[in-house]
Amino acid sequence: MSRSSRTRKARTAEATAKVVTGAIALSVVAVAIFVFVYIVYNGIGALDWTFFSEGPRDRGREGGILPIIVGTLYLIGATAGLTLPIGVLAGVYLAEYAPRNFTTRAIRLAITNMAGVPSIVYGLFGLAAFVLLAGFGRSIIAAALTLTCMTLPVVITATEEALRQIPQDLRQASLALGATRLRTIYKVVLPAAAPGIITGAILGLARAAGETAPILFTGAVFQMRRLPDGPSSQFMALPYHIYAQVTSVPGWNRELIWGTALVLVLGVSIVSVMAAWWRSVQRRKVKW
Amino acid sequence: MVSPLLVTGDGTLSYGAGSVTLPRADAREGAASKAADLQGSFSLADVSVAYGRDRVIEGVSMYIPPRAVTALIGPSGCGKSTLLRCLNRMNDELGNVHVGGTITLDGADIMGRAMDPVELRMRVGQVFQRPNPFPMTIWDNVAYGPRTQGIRKRSELDELVEESLKGAALWAEVKNNLKKHAFELSGGQQQRLCIARALATKPEVILMDEPASALDPISTQQIEDTIAQLKDSVTIVIVTHNMQQAARISDQTAFMLRESLDEPAHLVEMDETRKMFTNPDDARTESYITGRFG
Ligand SMILES: Nc1ncnc2c1ncn2[C@@H]1O[C@H](COP(=O)(O)OP(=O)(O)OP(=O)(O)O)[C@@H](O)[C@H]1O
Ligand SMILES: [Mg+2]
Repeated sequence: MSRSSRTRKARTAEATAKVVTGAIALSVVAVAIFVFVYIVYNGIGALDWTFFSEGPRDRGREGGILPIIVGTLYLIGATAGLTLPIGVLAGVYLAEYAPRNFTTRAIRLAITNMAGVPSIVYGLFGLAAFVLLAGFGRSIIAAALTLTCMTLPVVITATEEALRQIPQDLRQASLALGATRLRTIYKVVLPAAAPGIITGAILGLARAAGETAPILFTGAVFQMRRLPDGPSSQFMALPYHIYAQVTSVPGWNRELIWGTALVLVLGVSIVSVMAAWWRSVQRRKVKW
Repeated sequence: MVSPLLVTGDGTLSYGAGSVTLPRADAREGAASKAADLQGSFSLADVSVAYGRDRVIEGVSMYIPPRAVTALIGPSGCGKSTLLRCLNRMNDELGNVHVGGTITLDGADIMGRAMDPVELRMRVGQVFQRPNPFPMTIWDNVAYGPRTQGIRKRSELDELVEESLKGAALWAEVKNNLKKHAFELSGGQQQRLCIARALATKPEVILMDEPASALDPISTQQIEDTIAQLKDSVTIVIVTHNMQQAARISDQTAFMLRESLDEPAHLVEMDETRKMFTNPDDARTESYITGRFG
């Protein structure tokens, strides 16, 4: 085979690979766009002032979703407050302090497996551990603790990965200036790893915000007259509201439910986009 | 043996009267002020280093005079970086490293429990092979060390930043841009920033591990000029693979060699640079310097 025909062949293969991978990537994007457009198309009509400022009426067929939005915000706020400190500290331990031995490997394996546990199992665990055993009852705190168990592996792994990306040189430079390990971590390593950690945290929390199964048994309710008033209060939540309406309200209001779904999707998207934007600003400043 | 190194040649010219006495004589009466002036000398006696079972260096004894440039040369893998890391106890951070022998800084044992590595590293700064500024502004980079020491006053920090950047010959280039991100500087500027950062803790010694090997010739020249300017105020220990560089900038040169992989490296010869490069005592030094091996 002549050299030119070989390069021609290679070029054809290259072009084919480009087309195939590009087409697949495009079709994935197309599906995502279709889902988003479909939700917007069906739900946008529901978004008016009443929808955001009032509670549901007629078992949810009329009125708005204010207590439901507030419930999800409280729940995710509490989950974030629990998950971030624990997850980041655990990630710091694994990346910076853990010895390389059997125990560490076992811990890492356990965390990986925790990420694979189905969310309904977390729901059952939360019911047994936090609602009953710990005596929190069905409440925001019990549900938040349940979601924390589910989200922790994501945040721990993201933190550990982000810390490992930070060049060893930087730690050495800080230590050589007489900084302790602790100071090195919180002044140099953690700030440099913050973009990666925050991405992981947002991914995990976004998933938690959309979960029904873990809150089903641990505190979410179908209907509440007032807004939640503390960590031991029960609450309404966006995903559970959709689930409950569709499964147990005959003649449920299509537009309001799609509207609720749209609020959930928009909320998660806005936070993700803001994080991505912030990250790209950081990245422009920081390269290695 | 340590003392022969001290009295070779006219040491009085290159590194002052303090060099003819062992550093323990610091407290000598009548010369107290002069001794205080001449801080930053190391004495190494029978130093050995092992990484786990791998004995890398053995039996290194040397005197590193204050306020002078000492170059460590030798083939790759002979333990130059390892020896350098003994001087600020950065080997402690690696784990499974055993350092034997005694090392004193101005007479004080630095390996014992009495010496806190954190405090030692404020007195013995280090500049690394690759420029490694922190991902923050120029000002924050230089102020990092002083802040670690607990200095909080803005005016004091400003003063230290200016002084250190001047010391590293970078002030003129960055004085209007102290809030610029350090990564926006060129490689050579970043390395001088790293020198400034090390100077800001007012160290007595700065260790440099091939500080110019990642830089272009002009930046290298600037680093060398900076070193020449600094040696009046700090002791510099520099590792270099560049023989011309060692000859140009150092007052003393130490040649290390690991004859085979089964045995640890040792110090072959240490002397005034001029003598090492013109008339070394050891044939192996001569063949290394003239490029016949390594
Ligand atoms: N962290 C480490 N763990 C185990 N062995 C190491 C470590 N660092 C260095 N060594 C070994 O110690 C020996 C000396 O290494 P060192 O880096 O001190 O040499 P060097 O003279 O600085 O070499 P170079 O000129 O290439 O930088 C080498 O055989 C190396 O493999
Ligand atoms: Mg080296």
